[in-house]
Amino acid sequence: MRFQLIGVNHNTAPVEVRERLAIPESRLPEACKKLTEFPGIEEGMILSTCNRVEVLANTQNGSGADLRAFLQSYFQLSNSELDRHLYEYHEQDAVRHVFRVASSLDSMVVGEPQILGQVKEAYAIARAVGAVRAQLDQLVTRAFAVAKRVRTETAVGSSSVSIASVAVDLAKKIFGNLHGKHVFLVGAGKMSELAARHLLAHGCESIFVANRTYDRAVGLAYKFKGQAIHFEDLHNTCDRADIVITSTGAPHAIFRREHGELFLSRRKNRPMFFIDIAVPRDVDAAMNKLDGIFVYDIDDLQQAVASHVADRRKEAERAEAIVTLEVERFQARLLTLDVVPTIVSLQDHLETIRQAEIDRVRGRLGPLSPDQELAVEALTRGIVNKIMHTPISTLKSAARDPEATTVIDLVRRLFNLQEKRAKTSVPGDEN
Amino acid sequence: MLAGGVGICPKLTYDMSIFWLRVALGFYGVGLLYALVALTRTSELLNRVALHAVYLGMILQFVSLTEGVFLSDHVTAAMVHNSESLLAFLMMVVFMIVFLVYKTTSPGIIVFPLVFLLTFMAATRQQPFLVTSPGMRTSWLFAHIGLIFLGYAALVLSFCASVLYLIQQHSLKAKRASGILARLPALEDIDQIGYRALLLGFPFMTLGLIAGSVVAESTYGRIDFHDPKILLSLLMWAVYLIMVYTRWIAGWRGRKAAVLASVAFAAAVVAWAANYFSSIHRFVAS
Repeated sequence: MRFQLIGVNHNTAPVEVRERLAIPESRLPEACKKLTEFPGIEEGMILSTCNRVEVLANTQNGSGADLRAFLQSYFQLSNSELDRHLYEYHEQDAVRHVFRVASSLDSMVVGEPQILGQVKEAYAIARAVGAVRAQLDQLVTRAFAVAKRVRTETAVGSSSVSIASVAVDLAKKIFGNLHGKHVFLVGAGKMSELAARHLLAHGCESIFVANRTYDRAVGLAYKFKGQAIHFEDLHNTCDRADIVITSTGAPHAIFRREHGELFLSRRKNRPMFFIDIAVPRDVDAAMNKLDGIFVYDIDDLQQAVASHVADRRKEAERAEAIVTLEVERFQARLLTLDVVPTIVSLQDHLETIRQAEIDRVRGRLGPLSPDQELAVEALTRGIVNKIMHTPISTLKSAARDPEATTVIDLVRRLFNLQEKRAKTSVPGDEN
Repeated sequence: MLAGGVGICPKLTYDMSIFWLRVALGFYGVGLLYALVALTRTSELLNRVALHAVYLGMILQFVSLTEGVFLSDHVTAAMVHNSESLLAFLMMVVFMIVFLVYKTTSPGIIVFPLVFLLTFMAATRQQPFLVTSPGMRTSWLFAHIGLIFLGYAALVLSFCASVLYLIQQHSLKAKRASGILARLPALEDIDQIGYRALLLGFPFMTLGLIAGSVVAESTYGRIDFHDPKILLSLLMWAVYLIMVYTRWIAGWRGRKAAVLASVAFAAAVVAWAANYFSSIHRFVAS
């Protein structure tokens, strides 16, 4: 047994459980250290985000480790509290899980891009304290490569799956570049504020805010570093904005066709984008018939989101296939890596014997001419190579087998090879 | 096959010029394919292949045009003789400029078929060279043709942009976009492409018409306003003037602008075709 993973995520545990297991970033280095000090654990890494807490370990000695016990002792929780929520993966399944998490296939919103950054952070922390060195390093860096492959080869993360990001996409479809564009926020609401925030983050220059209650408008304007407008001045100032987000509680439409015509003539027909989040709607549907005015109501936005979600699901299936392939590849590579140190120590071992034997008989051979020297060298080398040939090729072909470890053990015992680990890419002390 | 008046050029080189043009036509065929496929679905690969193909086509067409110049021993005569090919080449140049600035191949949906058609006409037609009448002021004629063609090329692109604008506007209003629609440039970018092409093309067209009238004055002593080609050209010019004006003053775009652009484009096409009915612009050795 080598890789082991244990954890909770948004599917298996409610937020009350997840928040009890969450480890703040400041305490993560120390937690990683504790993990590697736990019996049976060679390397370890901890990922703690708002949606998941996972402990990944490499238990090199083959004994396996009790990660549950680690969690219990670290958080001082009783067994029964945790057990229901925990999932545990071993070996290939653990590899697959790590790949899926990094590729955002296990995320609540499949394809969301943050998770990869979070995994990278967790990796950096664990690496800095030396908790990730050898095989875990290979596993996690491979996971990054898989995530990148999934991102470039599938469209799993390419479409927007939230109202706010769909609104930004549409604005970009109309205006191209959002730099220098102005936003008008009419009314208040969580969703409209979120959309405004997204638009500002994508380059929109300034924001106007109007509200039935002027004080609220001032408050919101302050929050967005924008400008509050009196509600009565709404129709007179609105043409200054390129994008209008409305979500008032008005019973009738506040933007009608004649307003649209007015805006267009004042704007010299430059296009305008209305995002109408209110129900009942704030923008008369007839507005959408005007050349240069584009009106999207909540249903339109939600439909776009729904179709994107469906697209993502389809793409996620393709991504899963990539992950499966990559897991197989990684397993095969690991096995080869297992074999390499044995081959190297076998070669070293026989070479030492050869050298020792030559040295032993050299005195008896007397002075040798360079030609004779070469002949002795060639003779001994030839014998050693012939002897080594079969065991090495057996080892190499065993690398592709699941029974590689038995073969390795056998060869080691037959030749009495000392335990020698794979050369690891231990980072030098950087501090 | 070749009429008289081309004594200095061996038949072989003329064939070479046509040969390169036909190879160029083959490459433009890939562009045409792209335009046809793009109507139903998008393909990143085809997009890239088509771009390289039309680029090669452009180079070969340039080679063919240059050979034509050496061949006829006279730039102006070559320009007239290879007029379709020259126009196609200039349209490709403008397309490439747009591509370099805006990184979009979408105008190709309309430009590629037009370029293919023009090149096809040039590559399959065998027409004797123009014999310039001795009194003609060839440098003015050269300016006339060069400027008008540059104007044509830019204005065709402006027309493409206004069509794309309508398509994009419709897809945004219909609230669903798939295939090529999802890949069209942003509405305001299309608008800018069209406007800039218009602003570029209009002065060329104007200067070209002025140069043309100078040629007519000096050759015939008057401008024949009953000539269908001249009438249509003036109509086209007037529509473009209206387009620039309404755009400048009232910011007309979208449907109204597209209608104007279509009228101007239709006038341009008919004016082009009017070569066959015009007494002045009939470039055949008589």
